[in-house]
Amino acid sequence: MGRYVARRLLQAIPVFFGTTFMIFALVFALPGDPIRALSGDKPISPAVYAELQDRYNLNDPLLVQYGKYMGGLVQLDFGQDFRGREVSEIMSERFPVTIKLALVAFGFEILIGILAGVLAALRRGSYIDNLVLLTTTMVVSIPVFVLGFTAQVVLGVKLGLFPIAGLSQGWYSYLLPGLVLGALSLAYVARLTRTSLVENLRADYVRTATAKGLSRKRVVGRHALRNSLIPVITYLGVDLGALMGGAIVTEGIFNIPGVGQQVFQSIRSQEGPVVVGIVTALVLVFIVANLIVDLLYAVLDPRIRYE
Amino acid sequence: MSETQTGDQKGTQGAVTGAEDVSGRQASLWADAWRELRHNKLFIISATLILFLIVMAAFPQLFTTQSPRDCQLERSLQGPSADHWFGIDILGCDYYTRVIYGARVSMIIGLSVTAFAVLIALVLGSSAGYYGGLTDTLISRAVDIIFGLPTVLGAIVILSVVSNRNLFWVTLVLVVLGWPTMTRLVRSSVLSVRDSDYVNAARALGAGDLRVITRHVLPNAIAPVVVYATIYVGLIIAAEATLSFLGIGLQLPAISWGLMISQAQTRVLSEPLLLLFPGLFLSVTVLSFILMGDALRDALDPKLR
Repeated sequence: MGRYVARRLLQAIPVFFGTTFMIFALVFALPGDPIRALSGDKPISPAVYAELQDRYNLNDPLLVQYGKYMGGLVQLDFGQDFRGREVSEIMSERFPVTIKLALVAFGFEILIGILAGVLAALRRGSYIDNLVLLTTTMVVSIPVFVLGFTAQVVLGVKLGLFPIAGLSQGWYSYLLPGLVLGALSLAYVARLTRTSLVENLRADYVRTATAKGLSRKRVVGRHALRNSLIPVITYLGVDLGALMGGAIVTEGIFNIPGVGQQVFQSIRSQEGPVVVGIVTALVLVFIVANLIVDLLYAVLDPRIRYE
Repeated sequence: MSETQTGDQKGTQGAVTGAEDVSGRQASLWADAWRELRHNKLFIISATLILFLIVMAAFPQLFTTQSPRDCQLERSLQGPSADHWFGIDILGCDYYTRVIYGARVSMIIGLSVTAFAVLIALVLGSSAGYYGGLTDTLISRAVDIIFGLPTVLGAIVILSVVSNRNLFWVTLVLVVLGWPTMTRLVRSSVLSVRDSDYVNAARALGAGDLRVITRHVLPNAIAPVVVYATIYVGLIIAAEATLSFLGIGLQLPAISWGLMISQAQTRVLSEPLLLLFPGLFLSVTVLSFILMGDALRDALDPKLR
């Protein structure tokens, strides 16, 4: 196990550098001159221009810029944007919002997703089962932005049940965007739980447990469900990382000031350092989530051997 | 296997399960599958819908006599009528015609991205799975690197670099971001048949690597790939619409459902129909491919029989 952990950590290193370098190179290639964009229509004096170019290492070749950036990163220095504001400051403002949103989505996935999956599996072929299969297929088919708009117009504007946009009502404002963000994964979780539980309910150990005279509740809750949730948990772990990166569309529709919106705005205004900083952080979250899931898998399912 | 492969579970979960049992009776598996599919209602419905959409994409003139570019500002935002079933959009174009013509972009991108991604995945995935060792390490790490980038985020950054975003660029970006998932699937599927007796037998009889892979390994490892590729067409169509909606996919004057929804969003309260129609067509298209994938999975997965 120790060797496995070490190897997995080593594997994550090239992935981290590869992904961040890719992003860095792309931002490097963004069209336009960010320094000139800074001053708008007014001409900028050559001395200031040269000074700014120098401060942001814009004259260095790509690899050197990347090296300097990574050098700063190990000291947890994400650099400054072109207005002189610390990128880490922007991130500490935006990340909590996205994390909250992702957590709400995550909560819906666990609560509704697993519940629906279990109900469907226990009554296979019944009305509930078909309902779950039908709804999940439909949710998977409707693109997030269509779903978001529809929810916003119907539940927010027409019925007035939820705030339409923004965050003025605290946690309550997160409910609808969270549901929209989590809808797709919720459907996957429900289907995964159902498939997995249906398979396990046919397993020998479940028949043994039933034959021993255990109550149905105990057989399902203690024996079948526990094993069935292993793939669900691994999916959820990977998804938590993906949710944060996937929140761009939802944040746009509901006007939520999270990292997704920030990245989008920053690309538009050529704020390369902010884009790189946020994406790097997201990649880190994603890699760590994957790592934890892989390790969790080993703990939860002792049949898996790591050689 | 050296790692647990949790990353590729999204969407491929059920697909992989059929792989082991496929071995050795390939012809009868596909024949069995076909026999079952012919009686599967979901398959018939989704296949009909997909056929319909393909005809719509190839020959939109069959469905409408008007031109999507015949826009007259004086009739802007008229409601649905006998002449204009879906009404008229803000620029005075017949909306029904535009929605019909919108199928073309979606189908082209959905099918071509999937085709390229599958092609790349078959070559790289089977090399990684079959040869293992250094080949596997290099390919798997490359997969991980692209996989580490959230798709929408990656697409936004890449497409922001491109000034003239046309069909070609959107397709390219989606292929670049899409091949890793498919490659992981092919790799794990190939791994599951690589050491079977018939593969060893073929090798013992002196067959070369290429022959073993193309004649023995791939035919028996392809079932989950077929299932996922079908679903993938739907996912890519949704992705294209999302990018166009965000304003970083196709650009006007292209006719795309995503663009239509993006234009409709500003007046969604007064003209909800302009959002509804392209949204409905888009969702039904994605749904058809997902249903088709589900039907194929049921037919190709002998465990459920």
